[in-house]
Amino acid sequence: MRDVAVIGVGLTKFGELWDKSFRELISEAGSKAIFDSGIGGLEIDAMYVGSMSSGRFIGQEHIGALVADASGFSHLNIPSTRVEGACASGGLAVREGYLSIASGLNDVVVVGGIEKMNDVSGTAATETLAMAADQEWEAFFGATFPSIYAMIATRHMHEYGTTREQLAQVAVKNHSNGALNPFAQYQREIKMEFVLNAPPVAYPLGLFDCSPVTDGAAAVVLCSLDKAKNFTDKPVKIIASGQASDSLALHGRRDICTLDSTVQAAKKAFKQANVTQKDIDLAEVHDCFTIAEICAIEDLGFMKKGEGGKAIDENITNLNGSLPVNTSGGLKSKGHPVGATGVAQIVEIVTQLRGEADKRQVKDAKIGLAHNVGGSGATCIVHILEGI
Amino acid sequence: MSSSGVARFWREIPQRYNLLGNKCNSCNKIFFPPKESCPFCRRKSIGKMKELKLSGKGKIITYSIIHSAIENFQKQIPYIISIIKLDEGPNITAQIVDCEIEKIKIGMKVENTFRKIQEDGYTGAIYYGYKFRPCDSLLTEKEQCKCDTK
Repeated sequence: MRDVAVIGVGLTKFGELWDKSFRELISEAGSKAIFDSGIGGLEIDAMYVGSMSSGRFIGQEHIGALVADASGFSHLNIPSTRVEGACASGGLAVREGYLSIASGLNDVVVVGGIEKMNDVSGTAATETLAMAADQEWEAFFGATFPSIYAMIATRHMHEYGTTREQLAQVAVKNHSNGALNPFAQYQREIKMEFVLNAPPVAYPLGLFDCSPVTDGAAAVVLCSLDKAKNFTDKPVKIIASGQASDSLALHGRRDICTLDSTVQAAKKAFKQANVTQKDIDLAEVHDCFTIAEICAIEDLGFMKKGEGGKAIDENITNLNGSLPVNTSGGLKSKGHPVGATGVAQIVEIVTQLRGEADKRQVKDAKIGLAHNVGGSGATCIVHILEGI
Repeated sequence: MSSSGVARFWREIPQRYNLLGNKCNSCNKIFFPPKESCPFCRRKSIGKMKELKLSGKGKIITYSIIHSAIENFQKQIPYIISIIKLDEGPNITAQIVDCEIEKIKIGMKVENTFRKIQEDGYTGAIYYGYKFRPCDSLLTEKEQCKCDTK
């Protein structure tokens, strides 16, 4: 397998972007990444785009070709493929791009991720997101997507004594990081009592435990490491890409509180990268709900099972802690345009490893990890990147 | 389920009305919903998967109280959704009814009850299936739960 590097990144502002269309968003992120990478455009061998449900959100499928077209590449006839894995669509698209270069097939690949979620009502968005769950055996009986993560939380609290306050603190921390990110949907800090007193969504989770409905796009340019120097002097190497799956429904899992897909994807990634959890300087994890971040830091192996809440209490995952988690603000504060999320996580890690994260810069960051989950853990993808 | 065909519901009626699962006669594991072949025995299980009606009794292993639902469930909020470990082994997701919200807890013994699950708007299809209720929730003596409450 050939070594692969990220040579360019691009991000749109995340938020309720009423005046921006799907096409505008993806071409904005794409052109920023291409401009950042130093490539001209003619070098692009292939494109991949992650999108969870463009059909439901904007009534448009066939996103691969649309994105190539909207970006001005239709006349170059570049192969362009959409990748779908619910909320992990973006991470999967990055992996497909990575594999196509590692295999030797392509040299330069542009990977995008996008979701335009605010063109439908809030109820329609909720209904669409529930499609990441099992329609026949979960959603049919009235389970909503937040309620599935809420059931993980209830069990986690029961088994390990995780507290409501620890869950809330995840949101407080991620908002304080998001306040430093000019691309974030919510650039403001919040207080613990706001989280605790927010309207209930699915007990024990309230509104501030949930990531928002967001419009946004992200893109990266990937290149074989040996050719990367032709375009940039600050390539970031992808030292591992691990993927795993599990039962679609939460009730089919070995353990309600453990995302085995995360455990397995992380195991593969750490093995490939030949590094340990101690070597990771920062991580972007999939905090679609506050409980998800607690499970993530456990299942990735940073904490023992059940001690995720304690890590929050001890401020380990704060921006100035020993393992800063979700320096971008995470899905909670930066926003969660589902298909864009996995790509945006890579953008944040690359920005940090290049030392360009400004007020939220993690000191001497060398190795970063990105963790992207689809559904309640049916798909997981872990990337590890190293600044060189 | 709105916008999907009624056939999609019909297909699952044996499972949703009667909790029909199946059993691998090679390793004796029980599945709900039924599986085409046993994921553990694979090839050995072919021809050995036998239909099995589940008792409909089990224990709550986790739950949530839903305050924000999709359209077909709006009228029911707040309602309890839970994962139940059935006595035969499989876990299933279902609503808990006939139970005050404050009383719900992990470990509670529950039993299957046949109910309306949702309806597609005012004129659309009505979908039925399983919900669960606490074993001691009964309204009349006649309906007394036969389940083991020791």
